[in-house]
Amino acid sequence: MRAVTKRFPGVVANDAVDLTVRRGEVHALLGENGAGKTTLVHILYGLQAPDEGAVLLRGREVRLRSPRDAKAAGIGLVAQHFHLARRHTVAENLALALSDTPMLFPTRALHGRVEALARRYGFEVDLHARVGALSPGEQQRVEILKALLQGAELLILDEPTSVLTPQEADRLFAVLDVMKAEGKGVIFISHKLGEVLAVADRVTVLRGGKVVASRDAAGATAAELATLMVGRAVSRGRADAARPAGRARLSVRDLRVVGPRGEPRLDGVTFDVRGGEILGVAGVAGNGQAELAQVLTGLRAPDGGQVRLDDVDVGGLGVRDLFARGVVHIPEDRNETGVVGAMRVSENLVLRRHREAPFAKGRLLDWREVGRHADGAIRDYAIATSSRDAVTRQLSGGNVQKVILARELGGKPGLVVASHPTYGLDVAATELTHRLLREQRDRGAAVLLVSEDLDELMDLADRILVLFRGTVTGIVDAVGAQREALGLLMAGDRTPLAGDDVDDGGAARRDAP
Amino acid sequence: MIGRYKLERRGHAGPALVWGVSLAAVIVAMLLTGALFALFGVAPLAAFATLVDRTILDARGLSEVVRRAIPLMLAGVGLTLAFKARFWNIGAEGQLLIGAVAASGVALFSGLSGPLLAPAMFAAGFAAGALWGLGPALLKVRLGVNEIITTLMLNYVAIYLVRWLINGPWKGSSLSGFAYSDRFDPAAQLPTIGTTRLHWPTLTLAILAAILVAWLLARTRFGFEVRMMGESPEAARYAGVDFFRTTLALVLVSAGAAGLAGVGEVAGIHHRLVDPGSLSVGYGYTAIIVALLARKNPLGALVTALFLGWIAASGDVMQVALRLPSQITGVTQGLVLLCIIGSEPFLRYRLTRVPAAAGPTGLAPGGEAARGGETS
Amino acid sequence: METALVLSTIARALAFSTPLLWAALGEIVAERSGVVNLGVEGMMILGALTGFIVAQSSGDPWLGLVAAAATGAAAALLHAFFAVILRANQYVSGLALTIFGLGLSGLIGRGWVGRPLRNAMEYVSLPFLVDIPVVGPVLFDHQYALTWWGLIVAVALWFVLQHTRIGLIVRTVGENPAAADAAGVPVLRVRIAAVVFGGVMAGIAGGFLSLAYRPSWGQGMTNGLGWIALAMAIFALWDPLRAIFAALLFGAFFTLSFSLQDRFPPQLLTMMPYLFTILALTLTSLRKGDRSFGAPEALGEPYARGER
Repeated sequence: MRAVTKRFPGVVANDAVDLTVRRGEVHALLGENGAGKTTLVHILYGLQAPDEGAVLLRGREVRLRSPRDAKAAGIGLVAQHFHLARRHTVAENLALALSDTPMLFPTRALHGRVEALARRYGFEVDLHARVGALSPGEQQRVEILKALLQGAELLILDEPTSVLTPQEADRLFAVLDVMKAEGKGVIFISHKLGEVLAVADRVTVLRGGKVVASRDAAGATAAELATLMVGRAVSRGRADAARPAGRARLSVRDLRVVGPRGEPRLDGVTFDVRGGEILGVAGVAGNGQAELAQVLTGLRAPDGGQVRLDDVDVGGLGVRDLFARGVVHIPEDRNETGVVGAMRVSENLVLRRHREAPFAKGRLLDWREVGRHADGAIRDYAIATSSRDAVTRQLSGGNVQKVILARELGGKPGLVVASHPTYGLDVAATELTHRLLREQRDRGAAVLLVSEDLDELMDLADRILVLFRGTVTGIVDAVGAQREALGLLMAGDRTPLAGDDVDDGGAARRDAP
Repeated sequence: MIGRYKLERRGHAGPALVWGVSLAAVIVAMLLTGALFALFGVAPLAAFATLVDRTILDARGLSEVVRRAIPLMLAGVGLTLAFKARFWNIGAEGQLLIGAVAASGVALFSGLSGPLLAPAMFAAGFAAGALWGLGPALLKVRLGVNEIITTLMLNYVAIYLVRWLINGPWKGSSLSGFAYSDRFDPAAQLPTIGTTRLHWPTLTLAILAAILVAWLLARTRFGFEVRMMGESPEAARYAGVDFFRTTLALVLVSAGAAGLAGVGEVAGIHHRLVDPGSLSVGYGYTAIIVALLARKNPLGALVTALFLGWIAASGDVMQVALRLPSQITGVTQGLVLLCIIGSEPFLRYRLTRVPAAAGPTGLAPGGEAARGGETS
Repeated sequence: METALVLSTIARALAFSTPLLWAALGEIVAERSGVVNLGVEGMMILGALTGFIVAQSSGDPWLGLVAAAATGAAAALLHAFFAVILRANQYVSGLALTIFGLGLSGLIGRGWVGRPLRNAMEYVSLPFLVDIPVVGPVLFDHQYALTWWGLIVAVALWFVLQHTRIGLIVRTVGENPAAADAAGVPVLRVRIAAVVFGGVMAGIAGGFLSLAYRPSWGQGMTNGLGWIALAMAIFALWDPLRAIFAALLFGAFFTLSFSLQDRFPPQLLTMMPYLFTILALTLTSLRKGDRSFGAPEALGEPYARGER
């Protein structure tokens, strides 16, 4: 039986996409960032309307104008960012979502239903627990329960394992098995190849808004899927051969960062970045990359371990001190953090350097110098802006990034920490960013590049460090690295390294007695 | 979404639009006030004409307008600095009173005399006002305590402190009716222009303060960081701004400025410490309107202070010449503030038409996709 | 002798705490839905005025109370319009209403100053409780009906917020409006309703002042009580039951400041409640480490679907 068919041509996000999910089938939707997965699913959930094409449920066309329509049609969504009130109990969150909750004591009626449901799917849930105290995996289970209680026959899971530990992921898959047995359909969005192969019955790969493949999962290999996702059999030839690097400029030993609930965000992270090298940091978002960048740039103090820059202990120093020592940061959120949107371009170009000469003479700012610097930067980096006094908010993403690059890279830094620098940028801006990072490397700086784009890492980086759950699963040379191997490392699987003489980031040292 | 139209965030509002909208807000408030006049049986246009005649075209009237504007200028300029950093200092009223207390203390008990007295009073007033703001500032940066309530509560504490002083320890020796302290030594009384009550030293201070704050904001590292903090705390943190020291500094200046306003009132007008109700007719609260109407621009605050001073001075004229209740001024002030708020959305949003057939535009409906692996 | 003093203090504290409690309860509901309402003082004074006018004209204080509540609601509707629909800065909007309300009430109230209310609300005597030895005659005899009603409403509000679907909806709107929206809750409408409710309560609080406690009208007769009620809502950690305790505490402070007049200067004692409010807020902030206490997560943030 067909659960859904969807067809809409001609739109940038989704181009003539056909998707069929059968009853009792776990259907994985694969694709990289920007391939169109979320848009497709939003259409299915009534958050967007297709330009062309239709959604058919059980063979009949349906019009989904809002999530309420979708829910009534039996479609449920577990989004990446949970819709849960953290201070409320599980029961309260569930009660809110149901339409037949009684006026008085809304949570009482739930107990029986929820327990039965939970038992059927093989997990336990404490209705009286506050959602905020639950782990992400448990919170996700609440969301799934919510969808099931609302009568979902087709469940959409958007990147469900991005917040789960391996054990929790396994438990999730067990739940999916039960759903399959009951004849429910599941759409599983992911870009983790390993999981997809483990759990899906069929796979549809999206690339650039189009379906490039739709086939049974049995017999597929990660390599095949990776190729389909990216469109290249092998990664692009590097612009240059790997260079012999200098001595270590950044030394991180056993770095530990603890999250708000005491859970480790970074645990025993050890690596070096040498002068004249780009170390890429790969991994699915949420595995500690943000915390790593924060510690290295002074936005956060480490809870343990050591950070040394040019042989000087710098762990725990603040932003200003680190900046003074030549640590620059191209932040993840360029609009909110990297620039002050309401201030002028010329002002943002000196944002972190406003305390030093030549922009500051004592306590005063020398606006003429600032202006001169701005003119130079605008010219050198081809920043498209109506004037140097234009409000930075008005610039396009690429130009905002140019402002940040001009500012951060202009002062001969020793360590460049770049977090997802090309996210959301067009080709030209991306090329420029890559060129500038290479220039810094050639200058002898140490560059740490955090990115989710494996291609980018394989092109730019000399070595790639993979983070998984806050630990380093491996550090490999970028030249000759295989995507599948990296993908497996990103999923926590160290097998590609077994038997290799590749640097594993000190894991061996740690595991040794 | 409202029907076929949608409120869409505007990228940026240019200065022309900002001033235009502010002006429109003021005009609307004036129109409503005119309606209020009509309700009381007075023809609005004639009323306004009389007001203008008595307050602007008349030398004495004009001096009264400026006199009322002086404390508004000082406190208002201080508030623009605080508001720029999003520190909502509602305690200007109390800081003003405390400044007056300190100045009175110096005048009555310090034993100073001659040309030293007045400067000492101003210094004491500034320090006292600044200290009065220190508590809420510390509580905010260290503990995140809401500064609106803390500064506000201190207003009341200040009021009762003054009342206690003039009824108790500082009770004047010559009383008739209301309570007040002894009259100040002539050296402590500020000179005025001609026969008016315009105490020009404070006026000069106010103008200097506005220039100083404007200069601070535009030309110093401190001002740069203040602006950062107000516009984008995230970016300020990234840029290494020391929130603690910067906040403390700006609150001290802001509260100190209000303290100076208080000094001006006791030294220039009353020449004694009087009941809070007479000392400050809500100057501290009106200063908030001054700062907001000036869109947090210190030099602009001089202008808006004059405007609001004019409204206050008009209150007297209204009672005498038009036989209208003086409370209308309070209402008008409130109307101005409400109109400013009502005009904010025009700056932030823009009305756009939604095309009949909604369709995906390549972006997820929530705008930018969040970081953290969310795909599109 | 001392017992009598304690009991009479409690009795007076009860009376004094009444307007604080009513106003704070209203603010608690509004803030639980995510909207800060700094206009409480303005709504209270407007309520006090209209209540007085209507009661004086009609001779019926309870009719006046209805008018007071309605006025509070109208003012709150204005705040809701600015803060929820236009998504203006909630703090400034509320403040504007207070300034406007104080001015407007002064203006309209000129003609009503000085004359006492000819038919004020009277004391009630609770039938069985008044017979309790020692305690009864002091505590349960000379109180206004509104005092007891306030306590009842507080308990009822607690129940509604914690144990009914409506309460759940209101709370969720204040915690995670996006989640409520996804569940089909009309977020904006809920917020407007909560704010209006807050206005009604504030109006009643003001009405109590001019119709029962001090049956007259005077400019600015609320004396900052609205602001204290605001702080109380925070001090009570947004819980109606704790609000009762907080109101009694503050009420006791005020009464003590009067009864200890011969030993301490009255003005210094009158300062105490305001200083105490600051202390209370500081203590609340110190406890913020425990995440089960604390403000509704979305407090103070306007909600727009799709905007983050």
